[in-house]
Amino acid sequence: MTTRIDARFAQLKREGRSAFVTFLMAGDPDYETSLAIIKALPKSGADVIEIGMPFTDPMADGPSIQAAGVRALRGGMTLKKTLELVRAFRKDDDATPLVLMGYYNPIYIYGVDKFLADAKSAGVDGLIIVDLPPEEDTELCVPALKAGLNFIRLATPTTDDKRLAAVLANTSGFVYYVSITGITGAAAADSSAVSQAVARIKRHTSLPVCVGFGIKTPQAARAIAEHADGAVVGTALVDALRASLDAEGQATAKTINAVAELAASLAQGVRGAQQAAE
Amino acid sequence: MTPARPNSYRSGPDERGHFGIFGGRFVAETLMPLILDLEKAYAEAKADPAFQAEMNGYLRDYVGRPSPLYLAERLTEHLGGAKIYLKREELNHTGSHKVNNVLGQIMLARRMGKRRIIAETGAGQHGVATATLCARFGLECVVYMGAVDVARQQPNVIRMEMLGAKVFPVQSGSRTLKDAMNEALRDWVTNVHNTFYCIGTVAGPHPYPMMVRDFQSVIGDETRKQLQEAEGRLPDSLIACVGGGSNAIGLFHPFLDDPSVEIYGVEAAGHGLTQLHAASIAGGRPGVLHGNRTYLLMNDDGQIQDAHSISAGLDYPGIGPEHSWLHEVGRVKYLSATDDEALAAFQLLSRLEGIIPALESAHAIAKVMELAPQRRKDHLMVVNLSGRGDKDVPQVGDLLRGKNS
Repeated sequence: MTTRIDARFAQLKREGRSAFVTFLMAGDPDYETSLAIIKALPKSGADVIEIGMPFTDPMADGPSIQAAGVRALRGGMTLKKTLELVRAFRKDDDATPLVLMGYYNPIYIYGVDKFLADAKSAGVDGLIIVDLPPEEDTELCVPALKAGLNFIRLATPTTDDKRLAAVLANTSGFVYYVSITGITGAAAADSSAVSQAVARIKRHTSLPVCVGFGIKTPQAARAIAEHADGAVVGTALVDALRASLDAEGQATAKTINAVAELAASLAQGVRGAQQAAE
Repeated sequence: MTPARPNSYRSGPDERGHFGIFGGRFVAETLMPLILDLEKAYAEAKADPAFQAEMNGYLRDYVGRPSPLYLAERLTEHLGGAKIYLKREELNHTGSHKVNNVLGQIMLARRMGKRRIIAETGAGQHGVATATLCARFGLECVVYMGAVDVARQQPNVIRMEMLGAKVFPVQSGSRTLKDAMNEALRDWVTNVHNTFYCIGTVAGPHPYPMMVRDFQSVIGDETRKQLQEAEGRLPDSLIACVGGGSNAIGLFHPFLDDPSVEIYGVEAAGHGLTQLHAASIAGGRPGVLHGNRTYLLMNDDGQIQDAHSISAGLDYPGIGPEHSWLHEVGRVKYLSATDDEALAAFQLLSRLEGIIPALESAHAIAKVMELAPQRRKDHLMVVNLSGRGDKDVPQVGDLLRGKNS
């Protein structure tokens, strides 16, 4: 079964370049603005879009993404509305892969089987669930794979070679390498360490390896993209969004462009890596 | 659906950390290797007689164990029913049961070569115990505490700082114990190489609920022996307050397979179960947070709700997974006590026995006030007096003067 994620990475391989992967929180700061931003991202050069599912207790996220979740929840966002957002995006775009990222409890409460059916029909391609390691694969990972969704696993600097096999066993779509031990938005890893880590993971899998956590500038995105199949940027985009809001945390006329413009310059950085590699 | 009655209530968890459907290891991949290391190190330490002997030495000479089992004559007389014994955990060094668990974990951290200890704390009792043992063994200590709790439990904040710990007030979320735990997990995921996370209750990912329970079971083991000496038999009932539930499981666990013993856990009902409260079993449902599946307070979208209790130590929207299981299999009955009931119990015990209980423990006393009069005079009731109330004196003083209600 080929998913939109598989198709996109195959296409990028033919083009000889790495993916620019964006992350923003669904419903930040409100549903309409969030939908408009996500619709603008492919035009800005996003190859894969990760959409955060807001959760009250995001244990692996730094202050920026925590605050994005709080804004979204205050704006009335729910998991059901996140799926509506995906469905609305899919009306105009049937090619860009969409990955939902978040924590397990809202899905568990929604009901695993119902969630997978609704996500698939809305046009979700993959899931990244931070608090579901391979030890808990029977919860969601195995049913997701059966439902035809990719389950994208996080590999980290603490994932040693012995563990890597278990981590990769039920992974599909791509592997998300978390380049540092830490929370989102923390300091970036240096690119030589990332290069070694990506090489190590690639000895165990033929899946694309995307790298995230701590990439904030076009230069950093380019440096990472030279060593990986994709560079993921989240906190920097969320920060740009926040900086465009008014004093009450509401969207302004600048909000959509603020994110789209930063995304475009980051995409340039990632695309610059291709020339560097050639 | 009630799960089948097991052969033993004391055999859990299974090798994957499950008590029935509860428990598990719901953590980020970064932490998974650490949790597996911890599980292995704990299994080795548990089997090592030298580790046990060293721990028993500190429990006796540093903590001051065994803690007395004290017949509360005036409380018994006042309530006119069951004969009430208090398990005096409040007499331990640092003033609560928390030190039993912290001692075990700090000795394990030393064995694993970890020099930096982090902890979350609600009322500050676990933070104080952690700061104390870090001082004793020369380890760096960082304590995360919700900003609301920092304000209402000032005496404990000052104690932790005097002991050399760094206390971080947590400003996210409801700024209480739940958020302190989030922040401690964020620290741990960042400082994986040198840091040991000393969790204060029977919650979190496997092996914590099992390990903390094992360290706290000294409470029930001593009670069993002490009551045998005093009365020549088993207790008829046990009562303890439950936030995460470490003092409760410590008292309960050794008695779970004695069917004649009635067991009651007391959750914090805050302003009442139809209003803001912290009673996860009474008002919540199973979900996943902080590394385990357990009863949680949440809304229909799976978002965790803010808990409320007068007692910072019970102000948590979850409960340890083993309690969730003991509830579902029906071995333990979970009751709840409101802020007002706890406050009344706090005053009653102070006046009748000359013992000022922690507000947490006062929740258990509140249900003793309800249950003891319904029992015969030969009924032996043991209540865990898990902590002393010194830390609560300023807050309760304000409440009683009507300043802060």
